[in-house]
Amino acid sequence: MFKKKKGRAGAEIPSSSLADIAFLLLVFFLVVTTIDVDTGIGLVLPPPPDESEPPPPIRERNLLKVLVNSQGLILINERPAAVTEVRERVANFVDNANRANDENLSVSPQAAIVSIKTDRQTPYEIYIRMLDEVRGAYKELRDAESMRRFGVNYDRYRASLASPSDDEVRRIYPMNVSIAEPDPGSN
Amino acid sequence: MSKFQKKNAKAKQEVPTTAMPDIVFMLLIFFMVTTVLREVTLQVRVELTRAENIEKIEQKRLVSYLYIGPQVLGGNVYGDTKVQIDDALIDEMSFIRRIMYDKLLEQPKLIVSLRVDRESEMGIVTDVQQELRQAGTLQINYSTRRLQ
Repeated sequence: MFKKKKGRAGAEIPSSSLADIAFLLLVFFLVVTTIDVDTGIGLVLPPPPDESEPPPPIRERNLLKVLVNSQGLILINERPAAVTEVRERVANFVDNANRANDENLSVSPQAAIVSIKTDRQTPYEIYIRMLDEVRGAYKELRDAESMRRFGVNYDRYRASLASPSDDEVRRIYPMNVSIAEPDPGSN
Repeated sequence: MSKFQKKNAKAKQEVPTTAMPDIVFMLLIFFMVTTVLREVTLQVRVELTRAENIEKIEQKRLVSYLYIGPQVLGGNVYGDTKVQIDDALIDEMSFIRRIMYDKLLEQPKLIVSLRVDRESEMGIVTDVQQELRQAGTLQINYSTRRLQ
């Protein structure tokens, strides 16, 4: 029985076209794949308000209130400000302990909270530009701190970490950006 | 001259091609794994804004998209600003809560990426955010392009 089988020649599946088939599939997936990653501004929303529990008390000086009104004008602590000013103002406010030591600015970077409020008619683009500036301020501070302590910028420092929870720079400058509760009656 | 002739005289100067299917298959498997086939057809116009200090979302599997923009009515005509999730327009804001809650149960680390048209107003975005808070999907991302 076995002898007979051995004797028969050329009982293989022809595999010369295998490469062609694989190439065809490869080209299909190459064309279909979109490599571009999604980029954007990440944010964590506050959990829904709990009526039975009042919000935790926050000292007035630790809160930087940024309002973008319906005309797209930016008000920081009720005073108008330009978009280009936001970065400087936020950086000063957050890093107060190492800079001006102003009575009206935050006690420490950990305690600082940037509260953002918008109207219904606020243009989305201006809101994003403002948010971008706030993030820019934090990036500056983190880069400076990372340079001072580890000699590399923040992105490189973070890439070198084994786990994100080891991030000491982030512990010093946590980004406390909070979206304020919208006014109930506004439409 | 004679040197070259000597070299030419030797037979079998081909690149071995037996390993080629293996290599091709490897590439093929890589692309099959990375491909995300399902792409939605947009029914709203989404022209993203640009920003400077943005981050990448590496885990594409965690992301669920939510589109906000003026409804495309054909040609260059645009209607009211609408919200689209997957392939459907959302008629009522409270639906978002249910849809997102279901998605959160499937993927507890869900990130909702808001792809908002640049000419939108914050009113609808705030409404959506309120719904997302109720649903418990607190991780969001404002999708933006890198500033040129």
